[in-house]
Amino acid sequence: MSRWEGLQDLMRNWSAAAGMAIIAAILVVALAGPLLTPHDPLVPAPLDRLQGPSSAHPFGTDSLGRDILSRVIGGARISILIGVISVTISLLPGTLLGLLAGYFGRWIDSLIMRCMDMLLAFPAILLAIFITAVLEPNLTNTMIAVGIVYIPHYARIVRASVLSLKQQLFVQAVGHLGGSHTRILWRHVLPNCIPPIIVYATLGMGTAVLQAAALGFLGLGAQPPSPEWGAMLSEGRQYIQIAPHVAAFPGAAILLLVLGFNLFGDGLRDVLDPSLRSQ
Amino acid sequence: MPLGYIAKRLLQLVAILFGVSVVVFLMLRMIPGDPAQLLLGEFANPEELARLRTQLGLDRSLPLQYGIYLQNLLQGDLGNSIRTNTPVAAEIWGRLLATLELSLAAMFISTLVGVGAGVVSAVRPHSAWDYGAMFFALVGVSMPIFWLGLMLIYLFAVKYPVLPMMGRLPMGLEVPAVTGLVMVDALLAGQPVALWEAGRHLLLPALTLATIPMAVVARITRSAMLEVLNKDYVRTARAKGLSEAAVILRHALRNAFLPVVTVLGLNLGLLLGGAVLTETIFSWPGLGRYVVDSLMGRDYAAVQGCILVFAAMMAVINLAVDLIYVLLDPRIRVNE
Repeated sequence: MSRWEGLQDLMRNWSAAAGMAIIAAILVVALAGPLLTPHDPLVPAPLDRLQGPSSAHPFGTDSLGRDILSRVIGGARISILIGVISVTISLLPGTLLGLLAGYFGRWIDSLIMRCMDMLLAFPAILLAIFITAVLEPNLTNTMIAVGIVYIPHYARIVRASVLSLKQQLFVQAVGHLGGSHTRILWRHVLPNCIPPIIVYATLGMGTAVLQAAALGFLGLGAQPPSPEWGAMLSEGRQYIQIAPHVAAFPGAAILLLVLGFNLFGDGLRDVLDPSLRSQ
Repeated sequence: MPLGYIAKRLLQLVAILFGVSVVVFLMLRMIPGDPAQLLLGEFANPEELARLRTQLGLDRSLPLQYGIYLQNLLQGDLGNSIRTNTPVAAEIWGRLLATLELSLAAMFISTLVGVGAGVVSAVRPHSAWDYGAMFFALVGVSMPIFWLGLMLIYLFAVKYPVLPMMGRLPMGLEVPAVTGLVMVDALLAGQPVALWEAGRHLLLPALTLATIPMAVVARITRSAMLEVLNKDYVRTARAKGLSEAAVILRHALRNAFLPVVTVLGLNLGLLLGGAVLTETIFSWPGLGRYVVDSLMGRDYAAVQGCILVFAAMMAVINLAVDLIYVLLDPRIRVNE
């Protein structure tokens, strides 16, 4: 399948197309943020505090009078960054560990996979909370914590692919022809592991955004006055009885972005791996 | 089922728990902040601080501290909470039951609704019901449950105040504790009012916690059922004149249950993790909220105990899922 055909398949898949549209829209908002925000997302306006949605403030204002629409727009950039960086942090070591475990087997496999099992023994959010608390709560450490939590998932996926690939004739042939381990892994095994990694990474971005927002909600993520969506929700929680809009809009934004990643990931899986196609 | 396999898995479980205890122990010591200082406040004098550190064992070497911890652990002693000075094991036990009650209720809702929606979707594929159910399932798996919880509180406890927004029972209403599960205890004590109130208090948190597992179960049930419904034995069951309900429930669903069981097992892990957030939102006095509070208060013993209990539950659940898997489908080789 050529790249062009692949892209056409992707566009024809409604799930992938809808996911792409949502992500693209949020990406545009994130990139053009400063041009789109009607107000400064960080500057308080005490006279305007806790106002409901109006034409001046379509999403209303928060407890410090800041415009929630501007803050949601400002938070888009942070959330996309969290998704991309956290997934990169899990994907790179996870892929490397999976490659080594699957290819070399024996004690290397046992050692790596038992360590991964240990990480998997924790509920994900609990491990993320724990790591953030150890490292000190802030945005960077949130991304590191969420990244570390999902390393074992990539290691497992890649290891499973490698185990099946190394039995294939084309890989064994390179070995018999004198190809080095590095060459076999880098040139022949890794490229064939990429489709499942791409699918998982796309779905993983949604999970990372959710987890980071949960940490922000618990006060362990981005710190005030950052317009991170989870932290905004945490603030909104205190005013849920008198001003539900403070929590409603950032939460809806999280849902929309995660939905976009999940739709796109589902569609991508259908296109890249038709054997898993949801019927 | 081969006993050797079970023994091997149990040994692995012990090894993992040992590893978890080492990792948690070391990581907790890396957290910035001195627990003695935290307890006595910033104006404590150095002598008092030194005395408390000795009392808590913090002045000993790390290996020695871990050795003592492990020795106590093997005797079922998880240490004392530095905030309340009560045994952590007792504190965990009380809260574990609250978490268990919430998780069981969420598990019940997610299984009932998820399997039901998945089966109906598979039986009528590409119908309006199917598209609607799968759309809700997709939204469900993308849901920030801490947001959903807040919105449910606003809708059902603030705007239309029909349900309580926090706690397990109204103030002043008490049920004699027998099992620690309030609904069961109310039933045992023959207190219908308490049973009703406990159910009302449980509904919103359980619904919140059930959302993601429910969506996952619905999706997996649908795809497993679709696969099974095309099999020859289902066609045979129909051909011999069985009712559609019997075909679906006895022949199709039973065979589609294998992947569903795996997901139900994995969901227990999701529920335990989700409990941390749900309990925080609904002030539910469970283990999830306790671990977050303990972490903030640098209560080493409490955090260690909670995480070990969480990890042990996850490991036992995974083992149980694997064993059920073998029981449900003897074709699966246990040595895989």
